[in-house]
Amino acid sequence: MNEERYVVECRGLSKKYKNSMALKQVDLKLERGKIIGLVGPNGSGKTTLIKLLNGLLVPTAGEVLINGTAPGPETKARVSYLPDNNYLSNWMTITQMIDFYGDFYADFHKEKAYAMLESLGLNAKQKFKTMSKGMKEKVQLVLVMSREADLYCLDEPIAGVDPAARDYILRTIISNYAEGATVLISTHLIAEVEKVLDEVVFIRGGEVIRHAEVEEIREKYDRSVDALFREEFKC
Amino acid sequence: MAWEISSERSVYLQLVDIIRQKIMSGEYQPGQRMASVRELAADAAVNPNTMQRALAELERQGLLYTQRTSGRFVSEDKGLIAGLRLSGAKQRAKEFYCEMIQMGLSAEEVRQLLNQAITEAEKE
Repeated sequence: MNEERYVVECRGLSKKYKNSMALKQVDLKLERGKIIGLVGPNGSGKTTLIKLLNGLLVPTAGEVLINGTAPGPETKARVSYLPDNNYLSNWMTITQMIDFYGDFYADFHKEKAYAMLESLGLNAKQKFKTMSKGMKEKVQLVLVMSREADLYCLDEPIAGVDPAARDYILRTIISNYAEGATVLISTHLIAEVEKVLDEVVFIRGGEVIRHAEVEEIREKYDRSVDALFREEFKC
Repeated sequence: MAWEISSERSVYLQLVDIIRQKIMSGEYQPGQRMASVRELAADAAVNPNTMQRALAELERQGLLYTQRTSGRFVSEDKGLIAGLRLSGAKQRAKEFYCEMIQMGLSAEEVRQLLNQAITEAEKE
């Protein structure tokens, strides 16, 4: 376990795609042991930020640090990432994928994965080819939460599942993240996740416009984070 | 009692309230071992740090206590719990009475109404 207070530090972080600035001068520090919501409308830069944290994109300017170091093999071993798309190979079964993850990540716990599969009602012998979109998302979540990481980056973990399953997914996240780790959840469904959050980061047009504790928002503004979000983002 | 938590008010205060209710009503029995913070948080679908803070506050109030090696328990002080139940009930009764007076009823009418309600509820 790392001793520094912040697991993530972004300084003047910018990312430019061909003609557009996806992130503009983002300064952001994420503390250890927190569940943090990254919320903003579509195209606001959520996925870009998460990809930068995972070393899948390189900053145009500024820097991003995980445990004090730039993304690379060392940080990838400590960050568990749930992409917003499906990356599972159709010919594989869940068991094969679990073995694959076990080979890949030293912090992966197979017993934990099987226990989670059972509680989510999934059959380990099933091939991905025969699974629904919602089932695949659950499997991906199981794989990601079975690691004992310092940081979990979950990109839209509840977007593809039906409302009844959302609570189940959130409970799975709460019950399984490693002690002292930080969980970053990107979403546009704030109302669904806000009760599990410590902090929220509002992002719009590539800029962080608010970073606050959710309880403080409730106490200070007397309203839900969702209501505040709707106000600040109304066009 | 279900975990019905609004996201418009402090979740921490609501948790303190709900757990206190659960202890008063006997859903959590005196001396009973509490589930872990994670389990309780998952159950209520709330943030674990917020749940931890609520439990710490209830410990401060003497309704819960921690044994260093074996976990967290509901207080065995039945007097304390009964006292809390009574003062909670008194408060609710007072609120109810004030509401009725505000609706324009007399004290005597409230008394009659309450007696009637008790008789009817007991039949059911």
